Amino acid sequence: MAQMDESAGGGGKHKGGVRSKKMSTRVDMTPMVDLAFLLVTFFMLTTTFNKPTVMDIKMPAKTKDEKQNQEIKESESMTVIMDGGDTLWYYQGITDPVLEMSNYSDSGIRDVILKKKQEIIAKTDSNRINVLLKATPRASYKNVVDMFDEMSITSVPVYALVDMTKTDIDLIFKKTGRMPAAATPSGK
Amino acid sequence: MPKVKIPRKSTLIDMTAMCDVSFLLLTFFMLTTQFKPDEPVVVDTPSSISETKLMDDGVVLLSMNKEGNVFFSMTGQNTRTAIIEDMSARYKIPFTEAQIKKFAKMESFGVPIAQLPALLDLKPEDRKTFVQPGIPCDTAKNELVGWVEASMIAYSAEKSVKPKIAIKGDGKANFPAVKKLIDALQSKNFNTFYFITDLEANPNKKKEG
Repeated sequence: MAQMDESAGGGGKHKGGVRSKKMSTRVDMTPMVDLAFLLVTFFMLTTTFNKPTVMDIKMPAKTKDEKQNQEIKESESMTVIMDGGDTLWYYQGITDPVLEMSNYSDSGIRDVILKKKQEIIAKTDSNRINVLLKATPRASYKNVVDMFDEMSITSVPVYALVDMTKTDIDLIFKKTGRMPAAATPSGK
Repeated sequence: MPKVKIPRKSTLIDMTAMCDVSFLLLTFFMLTTQFKPDEPVVVDTPSSISETKLMDDGVVLLSMNKEGNVFFSMTGQNTRTAIIEDMSARYKIPFTEAQIKKFAKMESFGVPIAQLPALLDLKPEDRKTFVQPGIPCDTAKNELVGWVEASMIAYSAEKSVKPKIAIKGDGKANFPAVKKLIDALQSKNFNTFYFITDLEANPNKKKEG
C-alpha cells in the first residue's frame, strides 16, 4: 500500500538501449494534508465564534389606560439610576428614598440586589422583586446593557427601563451638587 | 539457535484518503461560510451573559455608532425592493429603476430618505468613504420607524412571519441617543426587540463549575 516502488530503476534484464528511468508516481501527501487541516480548523473556528448573541428586551407598553398599570409593593421595589463615569445610584422603596452609590463590579450592585432579594424571600416567601432602571443622560449604552445583564444574572423577575422623575433628579442634585441632566458629548 | 526475524515494514502511510477527507471538509466549510457584509458603521458591542444566538434571517437590524447615528439594514434582496417601493410612496420621493436595483444590493445605509437617491448614485467605492449622517429618528421627523414599518409589511408579505427588531449599539453611545431610538420604536408600539451583544462568561455558572 504505502511502499515505494522498489522496482523503479532496478532493471538489468535488458542490456543496452537507452531507457528512461521509471519514476514512482506516488507523491508525499503529508504537507498537503497539513495545509488542508489547518484551513479546516480556521474555517471551523471563524464560523462558530462569529455569531453575535442577543438579549431579549421587552419594554413596558406605553398605555394611557391607568388601570392596566400594575401596582407594585413599595417594600419589594428598588430603583437603580445609571450615571456617567460607570457609577450608579440606588434607593429602596419609593417614599423617603435614601440614595446610595454603587458600581458595576461583582461586589457592587449585584450584591445589593441579591441581598434585597434574600430579604424579600425571608419576609414574604416569594422572590418578587421589582427593579426600576433609570439612566441619566451621562450614562452610556454599555451601562444600560450591563444593567440588563445584571438583572438576568441575579434573576430579577420584573424589571423595566423607565424615565427619571423629578424626585430622582433632585436626589442626585442634593447628593452631588450637580444636575444629572448635563450630558457629556457622546463618544467620549 | 535460529534467530527470529521480524519482517521490516515501511512506516509510510498512504495519505491520499486523508487528504480527500480534509479537502472535502474544507470545501464544505468554505461554501457554508457567510462572509460579513460591508457595514458603513463600526460598532463595538458591549457584552452580556445571554447565550441566545441571533438568527440569520428575518431581522431588522438597527445599528448605532458611538456618535448615536442610526443605520438600517435588512436581509433579502426581494424584501429590500419591496421596502424601498413602500418608502418611496410614503415619502413621495421617486426612485429610478436603477436606484431601486442598487438599493436591493446595498446591505445597510444611514441617511435621511431625501439623501438616499444621491447615495445610491455614488459608485460603490465612493460610497464607502461617504460619511452617512444616520437616519433621523426624533419625534419631529421619525423616518426610522417608517423604515421599520415598511420592512415589517414587506417581510410579513413574503414569509408570513413578522421580523424581529435588533438593536446593535456601540457601548460608548450615550443614553439619550439610545432613549431616542427606543422612543422612536415605541411610538409605533414596537415594544419587544433584541439588543445584540458579545458573549461573556456567566458568573453564576463559574461558581457552580
